Amino acid sequence: MPLAVKLTGVHKNFGHVHAVNGVDLQIASGEIVAILGPNGAGKTSTIDIMLGLSRPNSGTVSVYGMQPRQAIARGLVSAVMQTGGLLKDLTVSETVEYMGSLFAHSQPVREVLSRAGITEIADRKVAKCSGGEQQRLRFALALLCDPELLVLDEPTSGMDVEGRRSFWSAIRTDAEKGRTVLFATHYLEEADAYADRIVLLRHGTVVADGTAAEIKSKAAGRTVRATLAGASEAMLQAIPGADSVEVRGETVLVHSNDSDAVARYLLTQTAAKDLEVTARGIEEAFLALTGDDPAPGAATTGAI
Amino acid sequence: MSTAPSIAPDLSGRRVPPLGGFNLTALKLEVRRLTRNRRTVIISIVSPVVFFLLFGLNKAYDSEAYGHGNVAAFVMISLALYGAVLATTFGGAMVSIERAQGWSRQLRLTPLSPVAYIVLKILTALVLGLCSVTAVYVAGILTHKPSMPVGLWIATGFSVWIGSLLFAAFGLFLGYLLPAENVLQLIGLILALLSFAGGLFIPISQFAHGVQDIAKWTPLYGLNQLVHTPLLGNGVDWTWVVNVLAWLIIFAGGAIWRMRRDTGRV
Repeated sequence: MPLAVKLTGVHKNFGHVHAVNGVDLQIASGEIVAILGPNGAGKTSTIDIMLGLSRPNSGTVSVYGMQPRQAIARGLVSAVMQTGGLLKDLTVSETVEYMGSLFAHSQPVREVLSRAGITEIADRKVAKCSGGEQQRLRFALALLCDPELLVLDEPTSGMDVEGRRSFWSAIRTDAEKGRTVLFATHYLEEADAYADRIVLLRHGTVVADGTAAEIKSKAAGRTVRATLAGASEAMLQAIPGADSVEVRGETVLVHSNDSDAVARYLLTQTAAKDLEVTARGIEEAFLALTGDDPAPGAATTGAI
Repeated sequence: MSTAPSIAPDLSGRRVPPLGGFNLTALKLEVRRLTRNRRTVIISIVSPVVFFLLFGLNKAYDSEAYGHGNVAAFVMISLALYGAVLATTFGGAMVSIERAQGWSRQLRLTPLSPVAYIVLKILTALVLGLCSVTAVYVAGILTHKPSMPVGLWIATGFSVWIGSLLFAAFGLFLGYLLPAENVLQLIGLILALLSFAGGLFIPISQFAHGVQDIAKWTPLYGLNQLVHTPLLGNGVDWTWVVNVLAWLIIFAGGAIWRMRRDTGRV
């Protein structure tokens, strides 16, 4: 069975801006994956490439073993984009009917409207729909072809808390049937609550990739900082309990869930001094991983 | 990341739709959208009829023989062409609005092929063009002024309609070239000028000689001459055909060039 999505060494430049800078990503069928990162991290560019809306400068893309365009033509993939994409002069149900007519097989209009929770506004002109209603309409359109893979690009931006919750419960219900879901978000809580796996993107590269629990346990740990001359990353990695390490000149940083063990080891087995232990919250961990700090935080080496 | 067999999707039943996704439901909804735009309908269907009622019913026109019919028939054909080219240009230029609203991008997430999309746009434009020709010809029938053999009503009406295809290409070109906000107003202005230059309102023989020479190069001149040929029975001048073909290449080529740029950028 081919992977739902396979990106290998994907680069995308806009002039001098490297929006996507060597992304490798494999998503298997049935996964619910969040692409998490701040604005400008390359989330939308990566999604556009996955959907065949833009062509990478280098690297390869395949969706269910085919070109994105072929997968779309077969109704294997659909997407809910951030904004736009709707004609103001059509009604909600006309929009669904139009889009549905383009696929070889599509779900009945009425069923799709009801699953997206917009049956009661079926006859309303798109121009008169609120932002949340338009987003539900985009969701309805994405359901038409009964896709294997549903891609959502920041689907809840501009929604209030209640709208966000009901939108996600609709997605979640839908995903229970085995649909693969990939969504981009810059809300950590959203990724945490709805994804099985989180891919952290920063400056167009994947800086972390793991389950939500792994990301959280990493964030829950502490960083031990010490002065130690002549340390190598390999040597630090060998410390029991160390999960990621960094060497900055004479300063060493070791991130761990068992910072006591790391501190004890450094003080007893090495010449480390000026030892300091700092805790990090989830938000800080996220910021450290994805922030604009030119020297990335302590947690950039090693897989999580 | 291994895939459990239970959730391995069955891709065998997944087919690509025939005709690149082209279908009659989409065509019906496109036509509905176009007719929902009141300004488009008034300009391309109501205005040529009003012009015909104002300028085509001159007492002298129905008594004066002209070719195989009368002058009123000649004026009716001109105004049907005016309405039809407005309609098809508007139809083609709708791509401008669709680009602005992100609909073109949304369509790229469906099986609809670019060729099927363009065919859909052209057929939509032709439906409105047919409404426009029909409206002017019905006005002609109801007023009893234009006179020509039944076969020529059909021949000229059909020529006008098919000829207006040239302007569906023009509309597509403008739609890909210009921003949505002002494309519709511009079309009204451009087509009024081209209609004058092409001799749809006044015969170009009434222009100064220098102006006539320029007018013969404009895109409505050749088409206007050709659609009147069945009525006048004066034979086809090859320069008219060259005029139409040359402009068709320019408009269609321009539309394809801009469309490629547009889809490459997104």
